[in-house]
Amino acid sequence: MRVEFDEPRCVAAGQCAMIAPDVFDQRDDDGVAIVLDAEPGPDLHDGVREAAAVCPAAAIRLVEA
Amino acid sequence: MPYYPMEREARCPFAPAAGIREMPPVGTVRIWDGSTPWFVTGHADQRALLNDPRLSIDEKKPGYPHMTKGRAAAAPHIPNLITNTDPPEHTRLRRTVNGPFMVKRVEQWRPRIQQIIDSLIDDMLAGPKPADLVQAIGLPVPTLVITRILGVPYEDHGFFQGASSRAISHDTEPEVAAESGRALGAYLGDLLVKKMDAPADDVLSEMGARVKAGEMSHAEAVTMGSAILIAGHETSASMISLGTLALLHEPDQLALLRDNSDDPKFVANAVEELLRYLTIVHTGIRRIAVEDIELHGTTIRSGDGVVFDLSGANYDPAEFPDPGRLDLTRPARSHHAFGYGAHQCLGQSLARVELQVAYGTLYRRIPTLALAVPFEEVPFAMEGVAYGLRSLPVTW
Repeated sequence: MRVEFDEPRCVAAGQCAMIAPDVFDQRDDDGVAIVLDAEPGPDLHDGVREAAAVCPAAAIRLVEA
Repeated sequence: MPYYPMEREARCPFAPAAGIREMPPVGTVRIWDGSTPWFVTGHADQRALLNDPRLSIDEKKPGYPHMTKGRAAAAPHIPNLITNTDPPEHTRLRRTVNGPFMVKRVEQWRPRIQQIIDSLIDDMLAGPKPADLVQAIGLPVPTLVITRILGVPYEDHGFFQGASSRAISHDTEPEVAAESGRALGAYLGDLLVKKMDAPADDVLSEMGARVKAGEMSHAEAVTMGSAILIAGHETSASMISLGTLALLHEPDQLALLRDNSDDPKFVANAVEELLRYLTIVHTGIRRIAVEDIELHGTTIRSGDGVVFDLSGANYDPAEFPDPGRLDLTRPARSHHAFGYGAHQCLGQSLARVELQVAYGTLYRRIPTLALAVPFEEVPFAMEGVAYGLRSLPVTW
């Protein structure tokens, strides 16, 4: 799985950082998401899929292998 | 044609009004000014449209389906804010106010929020029975949290909490509520100036620094401070009180939550399900089309208003099977209780922490909590943007 993040769309709601904290964080000054791990291991996939699904700005796209 | 907003039924006050559940995927409703905007209730349709750049939140455009006559009259005079601008302007504005609401910043508040709730429960347990949970816990939790986050000095707590409660309580006369709102706005303006001279570690000081740096005007900072207070206050208070009523009405679910109070994942999911089940914002979120949009064989024309009822999406059986059942274990995170799209609630992470601590603590500390009046006699307040309770008489 590869995580693609469309930063200009991000509204910094932070749900990704809450649901999948090993893969997403928020930038300190404005809360915009940061991808910590663009190719997360299989044990993280469920969380990453949920984070992508609930992202209010649809800014997270997953390319599944 | 059905009138909107619609009234909930007294017999099942938590579910959407029956009229909403009977609407077609793309319907129309009549609103206060006689206009007939489109009405979209499906979960998948809301997800697609609330991220669609062909819909705008610019309430200054003619034909925008305003919520009330007052909002329509005020719209032309409201400066550009996160609540009335589209991307990319919206994105820029939201990034200037988002810092204090980030997940990691909000998590730092969790121990303080726990202290606040524990101390309010101590006070309630030491007082007479029955008690009104709205006054004892529901209203003071968000007030105390916001007081600390904004950085209101200790000597002003009495004024600030009194005025905030009067401004939002359903038990206050409208003129008194409006006067309290004005007093709070004036107070926040003065406090912002003080924080610019002597900054501390709080949100008003942070906004003061942005005003000094020319990133924000004084008026914008005061408007934002008031918005933080108002938006986060009534909604959180309603969720704490209504959530408790819903759980007391479903004793099996209450027992399940009480028994799993020490499991943060269980409690977090229970919060999402209660947000879905209650969907307290019941006046719809509103947009205007800026291009033609085809939807299920219907054409929404450029210039048409569109209203999205959030409870419709949260009770869409395609997304949430058997939606009328409160099930704290169901996957519920895809709910639209905070809206959806770029304008989804700015304070959602703070609301989640407040509710997780409130629901995770209240029933564990008071395992015998019970209604002090029959369910049918609990007075609901249905007239606001969000519904709530006038009082919740409880005993233990």
